Amino acid sequence: MSPCIGSRCSGTQRRIIVPVLLVLLAVSVLPLGASSSPHVSNGDESVVHTVDDHHHPHRNFTKKPFPVLSFEYKHIQTPFEISLWVLLASVMKLGFHLIPRLPGIVPESCLLILVGLLVGGLIKLAGQKVPPVLDSNLFFFCLLPPIILDAGYFLPIRPFMENLGTILMFAVVGTLWNAFFIGGLLYAVCQIQPNNPSDLHSLDILACLLFGSIISAVDPVAVLAVFEEIHINELLHILVFGESLLNDAVTVVLYHLFEEYSGVGKVTVLDGVLGVISFLVVALGGVLVGAIYGILAAFTSRFTSHTRVIEPLFVFVYSYMAYLSAEMFHLSGIMSLIACGAVMRPYVEANISHKSHTTIKYFLKMWSSVSETLIFIFLGVATVDGKHHWNWTFVTVTVILCLVARVIGVVGLTYIINKFRIVKLTSKDQFIVAYGGLRGAIAFSLAFLLKKEQFPLRNMFLTTIIIVIFFTVFVQGMTIKPLVDLLAVKKKQEAKRSINEEIHTQFLDHLLTGIEDICGHYGHHHWKDKLNRFNKKYVKKCLIAGERSKEPQLIAFYHKLEMKHAIEQVESGGGVNMPSAMPSTVSMQNIQPKKPQPPKPQERALPQLSKSREDEIRKILRGNLQKTRQRLRSYNRHTLLADPYEENIGEFLIKKQKMMALDTKIKDINNYLTVPAAPPDSPTICRARLASDPQAYSMKPSLDSVPTIHVDLASPQSPDSVNILNEFQQAAEGEDSGGLTMIAPANPKERHKDGEMDAGGNREKLMRCLSDPGPHFEDEDEDEPFLP
Amino acid sequence: MREGRTKGGTWRRGCVSCPSIRAPKVPLAFSGGAMGSWQARPEQQHYYHQLAQKTGFSAEQIKNLHHRFRELSANGETIRNQQEGESGRLEELDLGHFLMVMSHFRPPRHKSGEDERCAVRRQKLRFLFNMHDTDNDGTITLVEYRKVVEELLSKSGAIGHEAAKAIADAAMLEVASTNVPHMAPDEFYEGITFEHFEQILNGLEMESRMHIRFLDVDTSTVRCGKAGSTSTP
Repeated sequence: MSPCIGSRCSGTQRRIIVPVLLVLLAVSVLPLGASSSPHVSNGDESVVHTVDDHHHPHRNFTKKPFPVLSFEYKHIQTPFEISLWVLLASVMKLGFHLIPRLPGIVPESCLLILVGLLVGGLIKLAGQKVPPVLDSNLFFFCLLPPIILDAGYFLPIRPFMENLGTILMFAVVGTLWNAFFIGGLLYAVCQIQPNNPSDLHSLDILACLLFGSIISAVDPVAVLAVFEEIHINELLHILVFGESLLNDAVTVVLYHLFEEYSGVGKVTVLDGVLGVISFLVVALGGVLVGAIYGILAAFTSRFTSHTRVIEPLFVFVYSYMAYLSAEMFHLSGIMSLIACGAVMRPYVEANISHKSHTTIKYFLKMWSSVSETLIFIFLGVATVDGKHHWNWTFVTVTVILCLVARVIGVVGLTYIINKFRIVKLTSKDQFIVAYGGLRGAIAFSLAFLLKKEQFPLRNMFLTTIIIVIFFTVFVQGMTIKPLVDLLAVKKKQEAKRSINEEIHTQFLDHLLTGIEDICGHYGHHHWKDKLNRFNKKYVKKCLIAGERSKEPQLIAFYHKLEMKHAIEQVESGGGVNMPSAMPSTVSMQNIQPKKPQPPKPQERALPQLSKSREDEIRKILRGNLQKTRQRLRSYNRHTLLADPYEENIGEFLIKKQKMMALDTKIKDINNYLTVPAAPPDSPTICRARLASDPQAYSMKPSLDSVPTIHVDLASPQSPDSVNILNEFQQAAEGEDSGGLTMIAPANPKERHKDGEMDAGGNREKLMRCLSDPGPHFEDEDEDEPFLP
Repeated sequence: MREGRTKGGTWRRGCVSCPSIRAPKVPLAFSGGAMGSWQARPEQQHYYHQLAQKTGFSAEQIKNLHHRFRELSANGETIRNQQEGESGRLEELDLGHFLMVMSHFRPPRHKSGEDERCAVRRQKLRFLFNMHDTDNDGTITLVEYRKVVEELLSKSGAIGHEAAKAIADAAMLEVASTNVPHMAPDEFYEGITFEHFEQILNGLEMESRMHIRFLDVDTSTVRCGKAGSTSTP
């Protein structure tokens, strides 16, 4: 949220907001609390009714006045409560960002827990029973999946894969170390003081190890919540975050292993071996299930060109089913969800429309945000509610051991990992990784699942876990930001990726693969290259609809960039120059190489253009470009349901291109008139031409009655540039050299642009006019072809 | 990269940047013969030592790379340039050039200071720059840049020309806007100089990205060439 909102808030507004929030809180709390009591009163009512029936067996039509207005809460109780909770969470989130300096000091997660405590306290004060909100089913099936899907779908694949070895080491070995270290030492501590028997003595080794495994896992929700605000560099972020995602497999296996056998009382070596195998099955199986669903989703999205509206639904439903299927087999649901999102993303984004892409993005962000808020609030409520069993020794020892284990684990592992890494992890990095090991609601929910009969000390576990969570979230969460600043840890680069960087990244990939080939060394560039080739050759053809399967990444990136610039330009109010951070007056003409002077005799044949003639030509050109546009606009209104905003951005784009093109044009005007077979134009001129004709050139040139706005920008991949060009190369041969090979009713004015190659028809597709895609123009009626 | 074609291309451009390390004319008996059955001779040792100093490789790595070189050159002394001869290109590469090019792909040492990393980065960027700057005039012109982008996209079929041009133009525009923000409409931006090149690729951290793992000086196991070949550990 931008800080300017807070600063614009005047003093009076601030004073109003806080009481309003409190009132809302109070209002929402009462029904939530009252939820548990109506059962009792309703029960009484029904009893009364039956009694009445007995007294009046012929109870027909005792005349009651017709109820004009009645109140029946029970009817809508459950959905109402859920909505109220969600509303509360959202309003809280709003409130925090309106209060001026609070978000900078205290991370959101802390505030939300406090709110939860407050709400729980209020409910209890009102004498009602606190609803068991952090129910494990609710948590694992409703609250957790959106957050994980959001993380998995937008996972930055490149840094993740580059650091996969490190991440796996931390996730698997680190979590194992934590679990055994904490569990073992806790057991040792519990066993001391033999002369002073206490509850702790009843804890056997397996229960301790179970507790250790529950509490050792770094929690993705907490990590996301805290790290989001501190903006550290990409490497550290992906390390901690990746670890929190991948340690789920370890946690699942350990949890089930120890839970199963804690009843029995001992674990044999065979069980240990089976546990290892189980770990591999859980992890790889989860990934496999996710990948299968991801491919299914990608394949389905290939056929959605006619029903764009439900595209986001496929993404969400397939992912959720991946999660549930994995949970069905006791595989790692989180890893399955991550795999599904990561696998389906490149293909789905190539197939779906731009608007669906935006929808998916914002829905995921919205759901994950609400989920996260709710989780923290519920943590607070559950704290107030739970039956606590406080034990000083246990709690303090656990907290200390968690910290110590984490630090030792990270330092030890980094020492080993650095031997294999090129970019070594410095001690600052290690500190942040260790400090970022936050625990969260997953630990709580796992402990909640334990059965009281098997684990008499379950409540003690819950209390301890809550204390650890509070400690990590409050203390570590609040202090990590100042520490990051203090240690001058590298922050996230704010600069956008430039096209030069993209070109050179790809170039480097190729170069390094080539060098590896030369050396005969099968390094990971080699395998990456092989994977890419396989992807391009087989997979993309299968999963991506139409011609987009052939488009290379560089072009997709370029199109995306252009679109972004165009949108920026419109939002900034237009103007010819691009409003970049460093306003520059450099334009295309500065970099175009000067056209070589035509050979002397030809030049002498034609007189030089005088200044006035130049101006005349300029005026004519400008006028006709505009006229063309106007003529087409009227045509557009009948066939396309264009809205005024869409015209706007078209205008700006066109103006920009026109200006650029005209300037170059004027310079080159000599050449055009003297050299009949001019070299192909610079792209700007093509764009200008295209800009003035926003009509689409559908696949079949014979369709001349319906002009359609064609090109779109789904996202990374762009539409049919390849094949259309090919088509046009053939089509354009036969057409006249009038310059514009317009399919729609021909425009005599277009003759102006003669002398230019009609190979320009080929480049029409490069025009980034914004609209929704469709290899078929029939799409136009159902979605509006412009900005989301 | 298309194996045959651009491998030659790499040599061609990369070697322009090598300081001329004229390898001493080593007797034929040394370079020919069966792999792995040669004895270390004093002149060969001295040659290796000289190379090690120039390129920064260790002696074993040089030995391994020499094996690979011999595989590539079919046991001859030089690798012939497969490309059509362009002006100013080396037709043949000998071991010295081979090693010089390879030395550009070493990762930075862990304990290097800021200056050393900058120097390493500069060296690698220089290598890349020379690859792009085919006529060796110190600037990458628009035409050369277009060629680079075209080659990059050449595998993707028929898009090639126009899209590559558009992309190259946009990239050039970006470099110009970043480095020379205020240019009058009449001025002409000749090309990307090395300083601009450095500037624009600042964010990529070339010193850690442009490397091949096995060329790491610190690792003790260097496996180069065919797996399981007779390379000495």
